[in-house]
Amino acid sequence: MILTTTEVFFTIITIALATFLTRLIPFILFPANKSIPGYIEYLGNVLPFAIIGMLIVYCLKSVSLINYPYGIPELIAITFIVFVHKWKHNLLLSIGGGTILYMVLVQIIFI
Amino acid sequence: MKLRALKSAFPHTTPVMTGYIFMGTAFGILLSSKGYGLWWAIFMSITIYAGSMQFVAIEILSSPFNLIAAVILTLTVNARHLFYGLSMLTKFRDMDKLRPYMIFSLTDETYSLLCSTPPPKDIDQKWFYFFIAILNHSYWVIGSAIGAASSSILKFNTKGIDFVMTALFIVIFIEQWESSKNHISSLVGVIVTLLCLILFGSQHFIIFSMLGIFIILTSLRKTMEGSAENDFNHN
Repeated sequence: MILTTTEVFFTIITIALATFLTRLIPFILFPANKSIPGYIEYLGNVLPFAIIGMLIVYCLKSVSLINYPYGIPELIAITFIVFVHKWKHNLLLSIGGGTILYMVLVQIIFI
Repeated sequence: MKLRALKSAFPHTTPVMTGYIFMGTAFGILLSSKGYGLWWAIFMSITIYAGSMQFVAIEILSSPFNLIAAVILTLTVNARHLFYGLSMLTKFRDMDKLRPYMIFSLTDETYSLLCSTPPPKDIDQKWFYFFIAILNHSYWVIGSAIGAASSSILKFNTKGIDFVMTALFIVIFIEQWESSKNHISSLVGVIVTLLCLILFGSQHFIIFSMLGIFIILTSLRKTMEGSAENDFNHN
């Protein structure tokens, strides 16, 4: 620790408050006692679809296609998840299986 | 009533449980490697409760004291949360006393579960959502505590474990795809973000992606509302 206990405490509280702020702003702009404009309601309905797509890319942002292993482990694991999920629709099997497959790929096969 | 809501919420949270306990453990191990012990890990995971931000926070805590830099970095890393509230305005409307906690605990994973999990008909919706949120939070705190407490003992190779989050989002993406006839929004999300990643690099692309998604979905409003009147309503 290079910071004093007080400095650590205030740094953590500051980060916590700033994080809460990013989550709170939409609710301040559109308080519960006022009706939500049609446009915002539209955004609220369509955004979840786009955001999940965005989060997938966000998770894969560090994958390099020009350096070894060229994103191959990710491609294999994602293909596995898509097929297994389409086939069985079992959350734990798709997510657990896909993750274990990916770990095996990056730890043992694509070293 | 509450117990039934808890029982029916729990199975939906198991993928996040796996993810958060492992990711939390990784966080706890990394934090204690910088000299911060168990209680700091628990304190951070209770108060900050934001996965990627807490990993960034470890860097901040290993640098000289600078609150302004901490605020700017936090707002940048967490800017995507601005979007989440917009799709939860209606859902959180009747949450009364639980509302502040629901807003506080709106992580990527909780958000995606709340979007993709309609509460069963005979269950109190308010408590169902609350238990999803608080169960997820508890997994994250427990994971961090495990990591911080056992950093000297736990030595198994966790490389690749963070893929569990990617897997969760992919599965939710598939479920959303199957639940809706209109795939424009899903495609906009993936394509715009990919383009921004290529154009702006992995440091800054999220802000640009959000802007791009925002502009495109806004300009498509007429088309989307015309072609899929009730398509999105169950979300």
